[in-house]
Amino acid sequence: MRIKVLLIFFLTFSSSLWAAAKIEHWQTEHGSRVYYVHTQNLPLVDITVGFDAGSIRDGDKHGLAALTAAMLDTGAGRWNADDIAKRFESVGAQFGSSASVEMASLSLRSLTEKPLFDKAVTTLKTILSQPTFNPVDFQREQKRTLAALKHREESPGAVANLAFMKALYHDHPYAYPSLGYRETVAQLTPQDLRDFYQRYYLANNAIIVIVGDLNRSQAQQLASSLSAALPTGQKLEPIPDVPMPKIGSMQHIPFPSTQTHILAGLPGSARKDPDYFPLYVGNHILGGSGLVSRLFKEVREKRGLAYSAYSYFSPMARKGPFIMGLQTRNDQTQKALQVMKNTLSDFIRNGPSEEELIAAKKNITGGFVMRFDTNRKLSQYVTMIGFYQLPLNYLETFQDRVNAVTTEAIKDAFSRRINPALLQIVTVGGQ
Amino acid sequence: MRLLLLLLLCPFFVQAAQPEVYEKTLDNGLKILVKPDRRSPVAVSQVWYKVGASYEPGGITDISHMLEHMMFKGTHKHPAGEFSRIIAENGGRENAFTGRDYTAYFQTLEKSRLAISFELEADRMRHLNLLDAELQKEREVVTEERRMRTDDKPRAKTHEHFMAMAFSNSPYKNPIIGWPSDIAHYTIDDLKAWYHKWYAPNNATLVVVGDVDPDAVFKLAEKHFAPLKPSKIKPVKPQTEVEQLGPRKMTIKLPAKLPYVMLGYKTPSLKTAQQEWEAYALEVLAAILDGGNSARLSSRLVRGQQLAVSAGAGYDLYARMSSLFMLDATPSVGKTVFDLEYALKEQIYQLQRELVSDEELQRVKAQVLANNIYEKDSNFYQAMQLGMLETIGLNWQKADEYVKKIQHITPEQIRQVARKYLIEDHLSIAYLDPQPIKHSTPSRKVAGGHHAH
Repeated sequence: MRIKVLLIFFLTFSSSLWAAAKIEHWQTEHGSRVYYVHTQNLPLVDITVGFDAGSIRDGDKHGLAALTAAMLDTGAGRWNADDIAKRFESVGAQFGSSASVEMASLSLRSLTEKPLFDKAVTTLKTILSQPTFNPVDFQREQKRTLAALKHREESPGAVANLAFMKALYHDHPYAYPSLGYRETVAQLTPQDLRDFYQRYYLANNAIIVIVGDLNRSQAQQLASSLSAALPTGQKLEPIPDVPMPKIGSMQHIPFPSTQTHILAGLPGSARKDPDYFPLYVGNHILGGSGLVSRLFKEVREKRGLAYSAYSYFSPMARKGPFIMGLQTRNDQTQKALQVMKNTLSDFIRNGPSEEELIAAKKNITGGFVMRFDTNRKLSQYVTMIGFYQLPLNYLETFQDRVNAVTTEAIKDAFSRRINPALLQIVTVGGQ
Repeated sequence: MRLLLLLLLCPFFVQAAQPEVYEKTLDNGLKILVKPDRRSPVAVSQVWYKVGASYEPGGITDISHMLEHMMFKGTHKHPAGEFSRIIAENGGRENAFTGRDYTAYFQTLEKSRLAISFELEADRMRHLNLLDAELQKEREVVTEERRMRTDDKPRAKTHEHFMAMAFSNSPYKNPIIGWPSDIAHYTIDDLKAWYHKWYAPNNATLVVVGDVDPDAVFKLAEKHFAPLKPSKIKPVKPQTEVEQLGPRKMTIKLPAKLPYVMLGYKTPSLKTAQQEWEAYALEVLAAILDGGNSARLSSRLVRGQQLAVSAGAGYDLYARMSSLFMLDATPSVGKTVFDLEYALKEQIYQLQRELVSDEELQRVKAQVLANNIYEKDSNFYQAMQLGMLETIGLNWQKADEYVKKIQHITPEQIRQVARKYLIEDHLSIAYLDPQPIKHSTPSRKVAGGHHAH
């Protein structure tokens, strides 16, 4: 009984937090979309500038977007890599830039004390607008990427991931790793990077996310000045739809490891998917809730077959992957794979029980505030909302939409979207 | 925030008011630390036990970690699975971790649900139901965990062998996840003995950070933990490492793609240093080498000379026993691990010969100050720091002193510790010598429908 009382108490509290974490949104005169949340208590700010310039824009030059993003802070304006690093670190600022499959981003965490903040922001603006892609730096960073790609081949898990994404997406841009392949990265030139930068690092292709202790007018000024430093350009071509596989597949890659890594899945859900919530809540029960999920119980708790066993949807602009995964001693591979498949098909055939659904809803809604209880986590959420242009009240309505999911809706969504006969399965390991 | 700027620009300062930590010890010896942070209506609660891999005698390595797994297997009041089910149903996040010097359990919950965490943690502190059938399954799980973390990772395995060589008699020579034959052979009685030996209120620290009132937390803790009986805890034997009498080197041959080298010098920790400042000077020295992209290893070895594709340095300030100052690096194409060993040592020699510049030192100190603020963004991190300090036998006030102690370190002190501790006779080196990986071409692709069974 006590727990029920606490629940009501909690709901009143969570609404008061919302007032504090309100997302303000506007567009700069140069066409960048700005998302701003004012947080107080700590004298810091997290700034993210994101572009639709992830590896889906690589064409056949796989690794181009990632190397472009990685090189931004190796030279800009009249500064070299040392100058840039010293400028940030002398004021205690933290800078990073990288590209994932869909987004390239520059992120800066700085103190808000004016002289420190100003020096960090001036540096960010220069990196953003005047990167030099100097040939000497290029050769070094290219070699470092090639070494990282070679290192990837030491890991059975990484080898499995590559093969799995290829099995799901074939020639769709989602099939390719954002870091690229050794053969493609070796062919890149500084001019490729300059061209890519000029085509995609545009004010009207950018989102600017500001979460921290800056007031609205400071945030406006910051966003305008970052946006004004960038040129504008043509609209981008849309990302192609993802075709669903017609038949199931299974491949084994021999690897001298003690464990076999098993991945099984299909193209899953999109960010703005009408089935998003039933799939999300359903997967929470299937393999998304850590120590209490069905997969975890069947694979680990009941049979001790693996240390980790999970499933998740990784929603993207188009259908991102639905993935089930585990690692097990080589000679148990078939057994573990069978348990994984049975758990999925039982879930699809019978759906979750009412009790499981209630427990999942309590877990998701009861732990909701923990998803953004730090400035950094909040900033990551707002970046996701901004980049995919989800409704600004996405977080406010999230709990209601979770609560509206029924066992029938889950069963229905899973049976339409996840056909076990079409599973793409990859195993990597020894005999 | 005027103050902050002054702090960054001025090398010697005494830091102003810190956020407060409230402390209380129950009659049964349980120590409670509470740090209010009201930014979000949540609280993290952690229970830290003074036991970990470095407490384990030969033959039962991993037993602290194995017991950590078994702590989720139920009590008479809450049978297996109940703990996690209740926490999940209350929207909580939970897990546990084992280190060389500690075993810790945590839950993050909406703040009004703290009682749930206390009730469950108090129950399993003294009333764990250790069953042989559960051990047999969990032994398999831990073996899989070891394969995943160590056996199939060439660098992790190199590190494991390296530690076993670097230490002669210190228990830091053993991996936290244990040696395979130990994992395979302990019995349920070994686990029961380990549990009864170390799991008691007077061997634990309860840390709560979040939107809470300290007095209310103390009262709640009193209600749930006060009825627990204390144990007689026998202090662990010191097992002080003998002096190393010359450099040690090893080659590890494993299927891998890249060569790799690691170097470790025997150094004291804050707990074991004869003079406290020496430990802080080693901490600053590590930052001079690897405190960001402007630090020496990145700017000189990766960018300047382009000998390495990556290089790092690290020091264990917070350890119960003396540990290692570590360096590691991956050579660029055409360079060898021996080139890198030479280059890394050259960086050490330079620190022994020349004083670091004021500008360089200021940059390290600016980062320490800023990080001290950034870290306050995470309740979990703050609780970790308090819990760890208490558990390794320092007190939590050390967390508050950190910035001040670092600010006082001088170029002379950095040179002094480089000369005293980073010496050839106390050095161990491991080279990873990559062996071919049998080529991973997809062998067969079976197309066709799979039946949904």
